[in-house]
Amino acid sequence: MTDLQDLYQELILDHGRRPRNFKQLDGANTAEGYNPLCGDKVKVYIRTDNDVVTDVSFEGAGCAISTASASLMTEIVKGKSRAEAEQLFKAFHDLVTGHQSMLDSPDLGKLAVFSGVSEFPTRVKCATLSWHTLLAALSDNDQVVSTE
Amino acid sequence: MNASGGILASEKQTSALPFDVARVREDFPILKQSVYGKPLVYLDNGATSQKPQSVLDALANYYSNENSNIHRGVHYLSERATREYEEARAKIQRFINAEKLSEIIFTRGTTEAINLVASSYGRANIKAGDEILITAMEHHSNIVPWQLLCEEKGARLQVAPVNDDGELIMDEFARLLNERTKLVSVAHVSNALGTINPVEQIISLAHQRNVPVMIDGAQAVPHLAVDVSRLDCDFYAFSGHKIYGPTGIGVLYGKTHLLEAMPPYQGGGDMIASVTFEKTTYNTLPYKFEAGTPNISGAIAFGAAIDYVNQIGLSRIASHEHELLVYGTAALAQIAGLRQIGTAKEKAGILSFVMDGIHPHDIGTILDREGIAIRTGHHCAMPLMQRFNVPATARASLALYNTIEEIDALVSGLHKVGEVFNS
Repeated sequence: MTDLQDLYQELILDHGRRPRNFKQLDGANTAEGYNPLCGDKVKVYIRTDNDVVTDVSFEGAGCAISTASASLMTEIVKGKSRAEAEQLFKAFHDLVTGHQSMLDSPDLGKLAVFSGVSEFPTRVKCATLSWHTLLAALSDNDQVVSTE
Repeated sequence: MNASGGILASEKQTSALPFDVARVREDFPILKQSVYGKPLVYLDNGATSQKPQSVLDALANYYSNENSNIHRGVHYLSERATREYEEARAKIQRFINAEKLSEIIFTRGTTEAINLVASSYGRANIKAGDEILITAMEHHSNIVPWQLLCEEKGARLQVAPVNDDGELIMDEFARLLNERTKLVSVAHVSNALGTINPVEQIISLAHQRNVPVMIDGAQAVPHLAVDVSRLDCDFYAFSGHKIYGPTGIGVLYGKTHLLEAMPPYQGGGDMIASVTFEKTTYNTLPYKFEAGTPNISGAIAFGAAIDYVNQIGLSRIASHEHELLVYGTAALAQIAGLRQIGTAKEKAGILSFVMDGIHPHDIGTILDREGIAIRTGHHCAMPLMQRFNVPATARASLALYNTIEEIDALVSGLHKVGEVFNS
């Protein structure tokens, strides 16, 4: 059960069950993400002011990993600039794919809880779907983001 | 050739003996392995089945001793390969009781067989304003080829609905069948629910209106005896790999008069009688539809898979699987918060379910670490998932080598899923 306990840590289960910022944001930029493999769908809402994220939320249906990832993402990117959000995603991506992080990588904070995903290659897309969608919303990309 | 051993030579000799699943499992080398330190419990047979040693031997034997191209060589190996390939066709003809050998066309699989009919029969016969009737429980491979055809021709795809148990609503089906309907295409057994459709009734209703019927038999052929002559279906498609054969080989059965009137599907070698730059005449059936060098080893090994199934007997396979299905259905019903999707009275081989507050993908990952392989997702039937208002399901699908102990392992794995999520 060790691998599984690493994957399904309490914080992930908590955010999977009770996602934060799980709501619509009127007048925000949006983007939709879709994982055809498992049918996970996410819609990210984002408001920015001078390139800084002032508010962010999401809606959707997905597994515990994708829901928790979206929930924790909304918590960490609020107040960050677009460049900082992109750096966070890069570091997060390295974490969940088991790649060595860059020395000057940003502090992932609570996102470190996703380190167990690297033992489950089939779940990497679950963890990264909301991030791909966030970056699309930041660049005002109307296309549905697909993990395939 | 028949290197598997283990199973006696003919169904007649063995049909009186009890089904011995432990002995059957000996024929499947892959089942002996452990994953994550647990014995492999393979319950993803709806996606693809495992292969018995006799099928593996047929593949190796072909490449070791017979490899050459068919239908054109004058040499020994080519004759031998051609004979084996055509014998496989004859095995399949007998297996589904087709009237003629030339009605058995080798394809890459069920998907290609359906695309063949859509491209060839469909393009020649479907016009603007016509309707093609399918059901709400079709696999994407029995939806998308018809959508493409309808788009091209300005025809309409009509979809007969299913009830809450996942059964086709026959009154609605009959109502949707009208003078505009030019083709019916339905799954014999639903890949996502396991529902066995009343194909006899469907075919008879359609034939009353002179509408031809295509049956997608991918999920039926491993579990029930199929007799295309008795069914009187016009086309029947299935895949080798779901019935213990290799991937990349399948079959389209079609009635001779339909196949003869149809234009070729693909052009190339083997499908022609003569070629000049002015005019090409096509080969006779079935070769008209088999352009290019086919999957020779696949066809021969497919034949070996049919031999294997015949040796055990489909009726005994079906009754063993039915026992597992009944046991599994009752066992899953005991799990709190679990809801089975697909509770038709007539079912084969499939236990599809969702659990309260736990996404199927998470169920699949936790079971995987218990050594249990199931499928999670939309099962290439997204409209059906919408019908049941679920994004996905978890699906355990059965084969002849599965055991009651494996169903027990699934159940205890699902309890573990509950523990992880409700801790």
